[in-house]
Amino acid sequence: MKRLTLNRHLTEQIGFTAITILAMVTVLPIVGTVIYILIQGAPAISLEFLTGFPRDGMRAGGIFPAIVGTLYLAVGTSIFSVPLGIAAAIYLAEYASDTPLTRTIRIAIINLAGIPSVVYGLFGLGLFVLFLNFGTSILAASLTLSIMTLPVIISTAEEALRAVPQSFRTVSVSLGATRWQTIRRIVLKESLPGILTGVILGLERAVGETAPILFTGAAFFLPRLPNSPLDATMALPYHLFVISTQVPEMPVQIQYGTALVLLAFVLTMNLIATVIRSRARARRQW
Amino acid sequence: MEKSLNWREFIITRLIQTSGYSAIVFVALIFFFLIREGAPTLGEVDLANLFSVRWYPIEDMFGILPLITGSLVVTIGAMLIAFPLGIGTAVYISEIAPRWMREILKPLVELLGGLPSVVLGFLGILLVSPFLRVFLDLPTGLTAFTGSLLLGGIAVPTIVSVAEDALDAVPRSYREGAWALGATRWQTIWRVTLPAAKSGALTAVMLGIGRAIGETMTVMMVTGNAPVLAIKLGSLFAPVRTMTATIAAEMGEVANGSVHYHMLFFIGMTLFLISLAVNIVASSVVFRAKKRAERILS
Repeated sequence: MKRLTLNRHLTEQIGFTAITILAMVTVLPIVGTVIYILIQGAPAISLEFLTGFPRDGMRAGGIFPAIVGTLYLAVGTSIFSVPLGIAAAIYLAEYASDTPLTRTIRIAIINLAGIPSVVYGLFGLGLFVLFLNFGTSILAASLTLSIMTLPVIISTAEEALRAVPQSFRTVSVSLGATRWQTIRRIVLKESLPGILTGVILGLERAVGETAPILFTGAAFFLPRLPNSPLDATMALPYHLFVISTQVPEMPVQIQYGTALVLLAFVLTMNLIATVIRSRARARRQW
Repeated sequence: MEKSLNWREFIITRLIQTSGYSAIVFVALIFFFLIREGAPTLGEVDLANLFSVRWYPIEDMFGILPLITGSLVVTIGAMLIAFPLGIGTAVYISEIAPRWMREILKPLVELLGGLPSVVLGFLGILLVSPFLRVFLDLPTGLTAFTGSLLLGGIAVPTIVSVAEDALDAVPRSYREGAWALGATRWQTIWRVTLPAAKSGALTAVMLGIGRAIGETMTVMMVTGNAPVLAIKLGSLFAPVRTMTATIAAEMGEVANGSVHYHMLFFIGMTLFLISLAVNIVASSVVFRAKKRAERILS
């Protein structure tokens, strides 16, 4: 009997150790990757690198147009996806009841989230670039990315809206406010941090994606900044792809530098989202 | 004043309603445009050619079998890696880790989900594939296995987050019951908590598969892009080419409206239908349907 008990606890210890090792095998490479890129990329970062144009077939100079292009795409994406996503979330959280139609909307959202990114690229090419004749442009790429980020924004915003207690709405309406006034002044205000978190996470995805912009708006190399939303643009993820696969004898330092700048974009957004979320949770009074 | 307020309310409500329906419209639009550009393939390429083993578009050979087997090999490899790591990490985070550890691990895994796939592909080219070439003594490090390894990393966050949710949803009373009967924590996890969360874990794996099949940039960069039929065991350590990588690599150089162009949309249509099937199966598994849906998306 004594031996059996011992074995049980020995098994537990072995099991726990094994699971812990599995978890570490998952997590340590993430930390390692980030630190490695930081170390390798840091020497490449300079004012010239951040504000200069690529020179000598991209083997020298900076990545300024790719940085600016990524910002343009992020802004373009948010112009379309943020209002639409928040409105859709308001519909699902505040107006929709549990009907077959609502369930269809939810299934549609889940499916939007699962569609492969390159298929979004095909769709953007078919609809925006060719059918609507936007050409390969910032506009076409932004619209494509918007639809891709929509499910993330809708679902996190809906969660945030639902977290606002029902009593807030009841009180507001009983004071004579209309439904929309209640939503705008009370519910939206209270759920803002949660919505913001979702928006940032959605845009984080848009900033890092390459496949959807491959044929909708990304330029291999552009000797100037884009002039209008109907111009194609350079973008960090596509640029990293180009210099790591298409350009022979590319200096490794510039590649790591570009990866670091892209990573900095993504990590900063991730960090901001995490901070907003945890601060909102700590401050929440209900 | 009263009247204008009513009007505004009416318009805003309609606007919000329309936005709510937009998701359905977009899924339909995506499907419509894939069919519109992809369906002509069936009239242009005969079936014997379509299901042949040669993908060589320049000579009008459009066999999709190498691309399908390529996607399959990479995906299966990725799941063999991501399944134990993902479920293990989920168990660790939800059942074993102390609270402070949990607070560190959860954002870290989320971060892995946010790392751009092009960055992973880049590291794959520069670090992983040269290492594998030397370590496994291969002619090239750009193989299906390299793709599987990195793709496993990409599928892990999805699996962890959904599986952890499923474990979290197991009522505390189940565990307490097992402890009261004298089971150790390990026995409880293995024989009570995990079986109770089985359907959720299954969903997690399904969604992980969905992610792996759809991943594009990383596989295009590290799998060597050779459209050869991958049905032998050695195929795992040889270059392959996936469906997604084919679209991404070839669409840029194709004339609009050509057979090749239609063919690439046809492959996109197939991918769309696969992801639709995976998601519908995953969301029909009975397990706190709503909460899970939220987790998948966030």
